Formats: sequence, structure tokens, C-alpha cells
Amino acid sequence: MNVLLSIAFDALAYGMVLFIICIGLSVMMGLMRVINLAHGAFAMIGGYIASYVAGPMGWGYVPALVCGVIGAALIALPLERLLYRRVYGASDPLVQVLMTIGLTFCIIGATNFLFGSAMRAIPLPALISGPVDLGVRTVPAHRLFVIACGVVIASGLWYLIERTSFGIRLRATVDNTGMAGALGVRTDWIYTATFALAVGLAAFGGAVGAEIMPLDPYYALRYMVTFLVVVSVGGAGSIGGALVAALLLGFVDTTGRYLAPNYGEFFFYLAVIAIVFVFPHGLLRRGA
Amino acid sequence: MAPIPGRPAASPRPGCRSRGVPGRELVAPTVVAILGALAYLAFPDDLAFFTRIIVAALFVMSLDLVVGYCGVATLGHAVLYGAGAYAAGILCVDGLTDPLLLIAAGSVAGVVAGLVTALVILRAHGLPQLVLSIAVVQLAYEAANKARDITGGSDGLSGISPGPVFGLFEFDLWGRTAYVLALVLLIATLVVLRRVVRSPFGLLCRGIKQDPDRIRAIGGTIYGNLVKMYALSGAVAGLAGGLTAVTTGVVGLDSVSFEWSAEALVMLVLGGAGTLYGALVGAVVFTGFEHYVAAVDPYHWLFVVGALLIGVVLALPAGLGSLAAWLRRLLPQGAP
Repeated sequence: MNVLLSIAFDALAYGMVLFIICIGLSVMMGLMRVINLAHGAFAMIGGYIASYVAGPMGWGYVPALVCGVIGAALIALPLERLLYRRVYGASDPLVQVLMTIGLTFCIIGATNFLFGSAMRAIPLPALISGPVDLGVRTVPAHRLFVIACGVVIASGLWYLIERTSFGIRLRATVDNTGMAGALGVRTDWIYTATFALAVGLAAFGGAVGAEIMPLDPYYALRYMVTFLVVVSVGGAGSIGGALVAALLLGFVDTTGRYLAPNYGEFFFYLAVIAIVFVFPHGLLRRGA
Repeated sequence: MAPIPGRPAASPRPGCRSRGVPGRELVAPTVVAILGALAYLAFPDDLAFFTRIIVAALFVMSLDLVVGYCGVATLGHAVLYGAGAYAAGILCVDGLTDPLLLIAAGSVAGVVAGLVTALVILRAHGLPQLVLSIAVVQLAYEAANKARDITGGSDGLSGISPGPVFGLFEFDLWGRTAYVLALVLLIATLVVLRRVVRSPFGLLCRGIKQDPDRIRAIGGTIYGNLVKMYALSGAVAGLAGGLTAVTTGVVGLDSVSFEWSAEALVMLVLGGAGTLYGALVGAVVFTGFEHYVAAVDPYHWLFVVGALLIGVVLALPAGLGSLAAWLRRLLPQGAP
């Protein structure tokens, strides 16, 4: 029972981190049809900036998160203008895959040059660094914080996309860019804003989840596949799908690691094959 | 369309140019043979490294068959290569020592792995296909890691010591036999594959890449032909794997890894997908660069590869191999 509870709790926290990072990628893939393998690299940039601000600069945890998000978005926006614009809607997905892998390699090289290859930690404030007694059992407060962040982001994004005028424009652009443009939606601005939002969320996830997914220069490569898999399983462009997929795959992965640690990621990828076979377009696809 | 001044009005299509002159078929293999012989004479100390380049070239060509000619998006091609490498390695440890038989066995194992992989990943298209291919290679990796008794797990499979080629040529310390064997296999594969990709079957696969609906409309089967090409690709990848097992004497887990698959794709795109020379050029440039730059600092190497990839994708979509065609166009038309 105790084991089951701790598995469930760890799985929930891991799934939430996956969700926070992947939801940006999912929106971006749904909107711009870009297979962006550099998404993990942006999460890593956010984490590194946060660790620098919270560590050597000593500004504290919350400013570190804010700086991480803003810093990553500021780094990513010129890249959107210079690089991504050229591969939007490329007929061959391999073009996007390879350009973004190339970008990832460059970011890994640059990160190592600036910060070295050692692992980085983001010092937690006292409030969320200790254990918390939930009555049933004691759990690390940081995990609770991560889960809360995931819930807030999921509901916030749902509100933003379903209830605000920005969301209406965004959905219109996703469904039919040309028509939305003809109706006066500034689609290129929507692209830029969505890109910044996606990168910001990735950076936030990278910084918040640094305890669960440790930061080092190879972070971008190590989790690249995981993020892509979550988005593909969930269905690109779907918040609900990304949430379900992140929690499900987080659960499968964590359970597999607990119960059969020798098998590594065997169960994770077995589940992926099964799901993609049954739902080739993702668990929940927008407009399907 | 009005004829463009300064150019012949009706130039024959590139694919058909060789029909009239049978000798032209042999130009590329001859060039490869001459370059290979020159490398042998000029750098007798680096033959092991050149053998690695040839193995990479074979693997990238096999990837080209499915990516460049059929338009299948895969990041899991190392399954086919790894199957060949492990099959040859395991058979050799179990007592089969004839190197050519071992390589043939690797090739057969590659075909089997290709058929199994094709069954899984050809079910989907685009992103789901990419994800399926990644899942397949990760599963194969975990399986190879788990089957420690047979594959040696993360320690790698060692103790592979094949006998002499044809019972005459021992594998020597300088890798001369290995290099010559690899070069001969590369040239033979190049000759065969050039015929295949220009055959009606090869053209049909190209058609499937460009417009599957139209192929279906004119009565071609898609799935069956793709599976066939995948099996052929498996034969070449397994050959490369078997060759590496025989020439290096070890098979590591990295031969079925996602990284090796991604690296091959990078080489292919660098050189130019959809042409066999592109695969050759990409393998030579990438492996050569890696050899010299990565020796200095692996992170610098990563940065250089990344920048090169972005540059090639954006500026030279047809790959480095297209530079040759571009140069040829600059020459005056009267030149032979």
C-alpha cells in the first residue's frame, strides 16, 4: 500500500513536469506544424538561467523562475525569426527534425562552454524543501509544489485558449491560417506570441522540475525523445491530450522503474507502441 | 515552355541519361575504387579509421533507401544494423569463423529485423511514424541490454575472432585485410544499389515518396513495395553491422542505439538524401570531421555539427552532394 502510494505520488509529480514542458511543444506543433526537437533545449536554458539567478546571484527562488522564463523566451524569439520561420509548413518533416536537432546540438555546446559539464541544482527555499505530512504519509513538499504548478498551468491555459480573445484568434489560426488572416487576425503576431508562450512554459517546467529531471548539458538530448513521445501520444495541439498522455506515460515510466528497475524504459516504449497503434492520431486530437 | 537560351532545348532526364552508354554505370564505383586505393597507399596507418568510414557509408546508404527513396521518416534504423552486428558477433563466438559467411548471416539478420520493423513503423505516417521508430529502437536497445548472456549487455560482445578471408588472408594488426574487404563490399553494394534504385521498382518507390495517392490510382501497391525496400535496406544495414563485427571484433550496445540512428540521419541529410553519392559524401564528411574535431573537445564537435546541420538544411536543402551538380552546371556546356 505504502509502495503504491509513493509510486502514485512520484508518478503524478513526474507526469506534471512532463505536462508543463510538453504542453508548449504540443501547442506549437498543433499551431505551426513544427516538429521542434529543440524544445528540451529551451527547457534546459530556463533551468540554467534559474540556477544561475538562484545560486551565484542569490536572488531567491521565485525571481529565479521568472528570470528563467523571460530569459529563455528572449533567447528563443530571435531564433524564431531567423530559423523557425523558414521551416514552418515544410513539406518534409525531416527538414524540421534536422534543423531543430542541429539547434539542440548548438545549445548543448554553448551551455557547456558557458556553464561547464557538471550537474546544476536550483537551491529550493525552505518553504518547499522539507517534507510535508499529508496524514496518510509524508511526502516532499517540492513534489506537491510541482503538482500544484501543473494544475494551475493546465487550468490557466484552458482559460486562455477557450475563454479569451487571444485564445479565439489562436484557435482560428490553428484551424485555418489563411482564413484567419483574411478576417484580420495578425497571424504572424500570433505565431510569435505562441512561440514565446511555448518556450516560456518549457523554461518554467525545466526550472521547476530540475529536482526530478536533473540539469546538465545533455538534458536537451536525454529528454528530447520523451517530450516528443508525450506530444505525439497526446495528439498535437490538444491540452487535454497532453495532460492525459503526460500523466499516463509518467505513470507507466515511474511504475516500471519502481517494480522492474532492470528493464529501464522498456515498459515506457512498449506502452508508446501500443498507444500509437490504437490511436495513430493521438489520444485526443483537436478537431478530429 | 520556351526553350531557355544557352541551354539545350530538350535535355534528357538525369535518371535516363545512362541508358545509352553502359559504361557510365561504372563511373561512380570506379571513382570510389580509385579513391579507396589512394587512401590505402597514402595513409597506411589510418586504415581502421577508413574501415569505420566505409561501415558508416554502407549504413547511411541503407538508410537512404528508406528515407531518401521511400520518404519513410525513421530515427530507429540502428535496429537493422545492430541485428546484423549481433548476429555476426554471436555466431562467431559460437564457433562459425568464416568472415564472409558471418557477414552474410548479418545481412540475413538485417533483413529479418527490417521486416519486423517495417511491420510496426509503416503503419503510421509523419510524426507518429517517427515516434514509433524511436520506440522500436529503444525497445531493441533495452532487449539487447537485458539479454546479457547472449549479447554481453552493456559490457559489449567481445571475443569475436574470425578466421582468414577465403582461408588465405588473415586479419592483420594494421587492418589491411579488413579495409580491403570493406572496400570491396562497398563497391559491390554500390553497383547493386545503383541498379536497384534505377529499376522500375526503385522508380515506383520514388513515386510513392512523391505522391502515394497517384501511385495507388495507377495500380501500384504501396505497403508491399515499402516493405520490400525496407527488407533490402535491412540487408545492407545488416551487412554493415556484420562487417563491423568482423573487422573490429567487438559489438557494443551503441550499435542498436537511438544516437547511432540519429547520427546516420544527420550524415544522410548532410550529404543529401535521395542519391547514393549523397549518402557516401555525408558519411565521409561527418565521420572525418568527427575524427578530428571530436578529438579536441566533444562539445565543440557538437556545436560544429549543429551549426553545419542548420546551415545545410536552410541553405543547401539537397545536401553537400548537390554541390557537385551545382559545380557541373557552372562548367561551359560544351565541356564533356
